[in-house]
Amino acid sequence: MVPVDRPVREVAVTAAPFDAESAEWLRLLAGTGPEREAALERLHELLVRIARGEVGRRGPRLRITGPELDDLAYQAAADALLAITGKIGQFRGESRFTTWAYKFVIFEVSAKIGRHFWRHPAVPLDAEDWDRLPDRFGFDPAQQAECRDLLTALRRAVNEELTPRQRDVFVAIVLNDVPLDALVLQLASSRNAIYKMLFDARRKLRAALDANGYLRADTARPT
Amino acid sequence: MNGRDELDRFLRTDPRDVGCARAMDMLHIYVELVAAGGPAEQRYPGVAAHLSACGPCGEDFEGLLAAVRGEEH
Repeated sequence: MVPVDRPVREVAVTAAPFDAESAEWLRLLAGTGPEREAALERLHELLVRIARGEVGRRGPRLRITGPELDDLAYQAAADALLAITGKIGQFRGESRFTTWAYKFVIFEVSAKIGRHFWRHPAVPLDAEDWDRLPDRFGFDPAQQAECRDLLTALRRAVNEELTPRQRDVFVAIVLNDVPLDALVLQLASSRNAIYKMLFDARRKLRAALDANGYLRADTARPT
Repeated sequence: MNGRDELDRFLRTDPRDVGCARAMDMLHIYVELVAAGGPAEQRYPGVAAHLSACGPCGEDFEGLLAAVRGEEH
């Protein structure tokens, strides 16, 4: 069973009757005239509030500050509003309408942060500095000597076991610390496709290291 | 956690992992269940496995959960 390869429904989720608040949102947004305009304005205000909260939550870990963060939040809210109104027919009442709507603004914040990365990338995409590998996994200098064979074997497995595309993804994300969402944009791909590529790469690398006795047997299997 | 453990954790894959697309399709449902204190991990183990392994999806989960919890207060 490899669900990453194909979607699997874990528990059937069926459309539910809308709760009163969600039903009211749908009624207003499906309407016309001033009532719909007022609902759109109210929804936009909610989305801006959620987007600002989200960029504030993520802000300390980003190289984005002040007005730029606020701009990002407003852009995310505007784009989310368009997505929501375009996809409103897909809302099936499995959650409150606002929870479903907030999902879009959270996704927009993620996408915009990914785009922002390429304005000031820390390293070029084609860089390949293997000396970073110990730091990326938190090996301290004393451990680096002890684990030199393990790290050499990992590098060999990356070169010999991975497809060129899997290797590119590994180098970008692991060596160059490129955020996955930023890599998605650079490769004109999807988060799912890049994650799947890295998932398969991780599995191959573990198998190669395990086969050669570099990983402890008691931690080598998925839980 | 030392470097070897971190590498071990990174290379560990969970066969239940549903991937980003499915996890994001389910995110609003999963988040409401978590916010309500329901058995989200038991009901959706593949989504839970994915959210714990995928940084960006885990971040989206935390963000949506914070948004929903903010609404409740």
